[in-house]
Amino acid sequence: MKELNALHLPNDIGYTDDHEWARITGETVRIGVSDYAQDQLGDIVFVELPAVGDRFAKGDEFGTLESVKAVSELFMPMSGTVVAINTALTDAPELINQDPYGAWIIEIKPSASEEYAQLHTATAYLDLLEG
Amino acid sequence: MRYLPHTPEEIASMLATIGQESLESLFDTVPADCRMTNPWPLPAPQSEWELNDHLRHLAGAMGVNQQTKVLVGAGSYQHHIPETVRSLAGRSEFLTAYTPYQPEMAQGTLQGIFEYQTLTARLLGMDVVNASMYDGASALAEALLMGLRIAKKKKKVAVSRAIHPHYRAVVRAYLQPTAYEVVELDVLADGRTDLSGLAELEDIAAVALQSPNFFGVIEDLESAAVAIHGIGALCITGFTEPLAYGLLKNPGQCGADIVCGEGQSFGIAPSFGGPGLGMFGCREPFTRNMPGRLVGETKDLEGRRGYVLTLATREQHIRREKATSNICSNQGICAMTAGMYMASLGGTGIRQLARLNYDKTQYLKAVLSKAGARIPFASPVFNEFVAEFPQDFKPVRERLLAQNIVAGLELGPFYPELAGRYLFGVTETIAKHTMDTIAAEVQA
Amino acid sequence: MSEQLGTSGLILNEPLLWHKGKPGRIGMSIPTSDVPAAAIAAELLGPAVDFPDLSEVDVVRHYTRLSQWNFGVDSGMYPLGSCTMKYNPKTNERQAATPEIAGAHPMLADTLAQGTLRILFELQQFLAVITGLDAVSLQPAAGAHGELTGMLIFHAYHRSHGAQRHKILIPDTAHGTNPASAALCGYKAVPVPSDAQGMLDPALVASLMDEDTAGIMLTNPNTLGLFEERIREIAAIVHAKGGLVYGDGANMNAVLGVIDAKRCGIDVLHLNLHKTFSTPHGGGGPGAGPVCVTRALEPFLPVPRVVMDGTAYRLDDDQPQSVGRVHAFHGNFGVLVRAYSYILSMGEAGLKRASQLAVLNANYIKEQLKDVLHLPYDRPCMHECVFSDLWQQEYKISTVDMAKRLIDYGYHPPTIYFPLIVHGAMMIEPTETECKDDIDQFIATLKTITQEAATAPELLRQAPQRTKVRRLDEVLAARSPCLIGPSGDGDQ
Repeated sequence: MKELNALHLPNDIGYTDDHEWARITGETVRIGVSDYAQDQLGDIVFVELPAVGDRFAKGDEFGTLESVKAVSELFMPMSGTVVAINTALTDAPELINQDPYGAWIIEIKPSASEEYAQLHTATAYLDLLEG
Repeated sequence: MRYLPHTPEEIASMLATIGQESLESLFDTVPADCRMTNPWPLPAPQSEWELNDHLRHLAGAMGVNQQTKVLVGAGSYQHHIPETVRSLAGRSEFLTAYTPYQPEMAQGTLQGIFEYQTLTARLLGMDVVNASMYDGASALAEALLMGLRIAKKKKKVAVSRAIHPHYRAVVRAYLQPTAYEVVELDVLADGRTDLSGLAELEDIAAVALQSPNFFGVIEDLESAAVAIHGIGALCITGFTEPLAYGLLKNPGQCGADIVCGEGQSFGIAPSFGGPGLGMFGCREPFTRNMPGRLVGETKDLEGRRGYVLTLATREQHIRREKATSNICSNQGICAMTAGMYMASLGGTGIRQLARLNYDKTQYLKAVLSKAGARIPFASPVFNEFVAEFPQDFKPVRERLLAQNIVAGLELGPFYPELAGRYLFGVTETIAKHTMDTIAAEVQA
Repeated sequence: MSEQLGTSGLILNEPLLWHKGKPGRIGMSIPTSDVPAAAIAAELLGPAVDFPDLSEVDVVRHYTRLSQWNFGVDSGMYPLGSCTMKYNPKTNERQAATPEIAGAHPMLADTLAQGTLRILFELQQFLAVITGLDAVSLQPAAGAHGELTGMLIFHAYHRSHGAQRHKILIPDTAHGTNPASAALCGYKAVPVPSDAQGMLDPALVASLMDEDTAGIMLTNPNTLGLFEERIREIAAIVHAKGGLVYGDGANMNAVLGVIDAKRCGIDVLHLNLHKTFSTPHGGGGPGAGPVCVTRALEPFLPVPRVVMDGTAYRLDDDQPQSVGRVHAFHGNFGVLVRAYSYILSMGEAGLKRASQLAVLNANYIKEQLKDVLHLPYDRPCMHECVFSDLWQQEYKISTVDMAKRLIDYGYHPPTIYFPLIVHGAMMIEPTETECKDDIDQFIATLKTITQEAATAPELLRQAPQRTKVRRLDEVLAARSPCLIGPSGDGDQ
């Protein structure tokens, strides 16, 4: 496991308590999991994705990540409708381990853009991890 | 007691090491009001030789013996079991191991189960087969629950009335506390399931048929699968006699999505109904919805072929209340045994043996018909069939019992409308002269 | 230490079944047909089954070689916590194989099956006596199946009292089967955290228990190997709100003759005959998980019940409140015969002594290893003890490394990473059938391993090295599942 000060935590995204991140990309928002989450889970072997068109509220479970011996649920950082899923993860779930911020999981059209402001900054997220 | 190795000196020395006065004081944390105070009225301990005598005595209390010819199938089949299978399955390296949680020291179990999964998948025409369920009945209940999981929002399943009545009872017990409803499909005059009403049913996640069904009748699975898929439901097929697929089209070929049944026929003694073997397979897209353990192939640190339990995130020890099933212990050694049996038969042998079962069944059907019996269900059968007799069959059955033949199972207790009709099962263990004897008694 | 147990020996490679054999071979004697060949409609016929054709010798060598890659209780010490890997007596196998019993058809008329029915009836009585409960069903095929049956009984009981309940209390130390079994009956599991001593706190149970909660499922001794001393108090709290108490009997081997389940306040208890009652586990199963209940819950037990009318035994289906059938026939009967045989061999004194020695062995190991392995709950244990890898973390050695190193020394590892509330847990259950000499050697071996963790940690990380295969790539297995061999991949 990585030491906390070795974690990569970009500044241009918002983080949740459950270790998801959200990045605004024009009209849509991409969602993935943090370096901390992928490191804790270890080798990811399976990603369960929602369907395009599914609608979720902030905090809803939208999918799961699986390692060999654990299942981690994924929760929405913001409310919205799924407009794209990263199908590359179906055949190569390890992309999340290799590049947690490049390997987005879903892309949504947010229904309440103001929710982004409620997410943690990188500094606040690191404070949270340091407890 | 020969299983308890401790000498009094050893006990004293061990108690001294841990600072306890006596064996009783080890239990000081157990409050007095939780204690067992009643003496146990158990029989006095028996020596190995006394126990042998006792079991021989119980064996003698049975109304059947090794020479009895039992012409009853109905979910449990008397087939010859090769001594090789009995002896290999009894090897204690297999028998006294736990679930293969440490794969490096359980490769025998793991490769053996991988081979079982593979041979069973080939037999049933499925993409994936798990490491076993408890029995054919619980496998069917789990298959229906799996169908409901896959369908997500649908609330009903339909099962044929020609499925083994005990299996349907287990399905009812499993589904009773849930919000799901079980609809039963009637049996046609030819002994096959009536699917004509399927289109009117709504909200059906899955439809289950058994083939050969409880009456021995081979269902038209191909047409059934088309009809079932036509209402957007999953097609589940069950079986109690897997040997049938040594001869008949397999369920996968016919379009089944999930196949489940009882594998006792494959080298496992009837043993008053258990342990048997719940066989369970499905098409590949449904793998992650399957209940039960799966063995998968992988490589070790040095690149050598090896086997592990895999896709365990479906299971209770990881996903707990969200698991695909609560099953933990399964029927491991029975699956190994079935693998050994399938390996012993081979592709050539299974065809030959299935054919022999079929031919003998046709023979009994023919001689009984000739003796005046009527065969109410006209559809083709594998190794069981229903017969009805011009006169009361009970006295005939009694006379046959006196000749050490158990002739058929009365259907009245299971299907009131079939009272007085009998279900016969014939395997390779039944000789022509036994069948001739039955026919002669019917005619007498 | 005397001569080390683990060593290297000749192990033979063996291909997969379908890479052996030649078309036309057969490994089984098939009777010559004495009836005419019958016609069969072409549309019914399937293609030839793609099984390899093997001779009898091919089959015997294949499985004999596979068996030599395995390790069972007969091979050596198997201190797998929570699994009670005691010796499986050979005579039990013989009794279950008695021809009239192994050959008995499950749908024989009662009059023809008096011997097998008597075994069922007497075993029911024995288990009632041993647990202190009143009535028993032998149908459940495994522990988890017993749990499901128990939950069906809870459900039927509450329905008969007019109002269905929706939640169930389950301690955080529970086996995963508990919440999974409860979920099958639609109960939402409410986790109950254990306190700093690893015990359930009645006050916490009282705060969680309400009239929408069906009851509690608990394991006693619990999965930390500790006796829940306040079980009566907890049961009273649950009963006061109309709930029921389920006892998971996975750990009964600790307390035979010591506890009376009914006096503890337990309403339904399952036993694992493949643990406490010595039946072999078969590399995964079959087990048997009978459920024992109080008189009040007897009407809800599965049917058919086995009863005796005067002198004859019979099956009784007429139980209108029953949860129904949970097995096609009478459960894993062959397993039941083995447990029956074990109880008759041991008798009252033998069974009670077995628990005493199981607890003695566990406490002996706990005391001797607690200087080298961290013991999170240092109190008298029952039949198993739970350590952690806390003290080895400074060498970057974890529980799995110590477990794998034990393999090289000739032992099956303990249960690892369970219970979940202990980080890096190592749960050791020696059972009563291990003698002091073997336990001393096991202790010495684990001490050596903890020294190696400090001085030669690579030995642990690289372990095992003496097995047929070394550590296997579980990530590869899960990412690209290969669950059956490819078809057409043979010499045929």
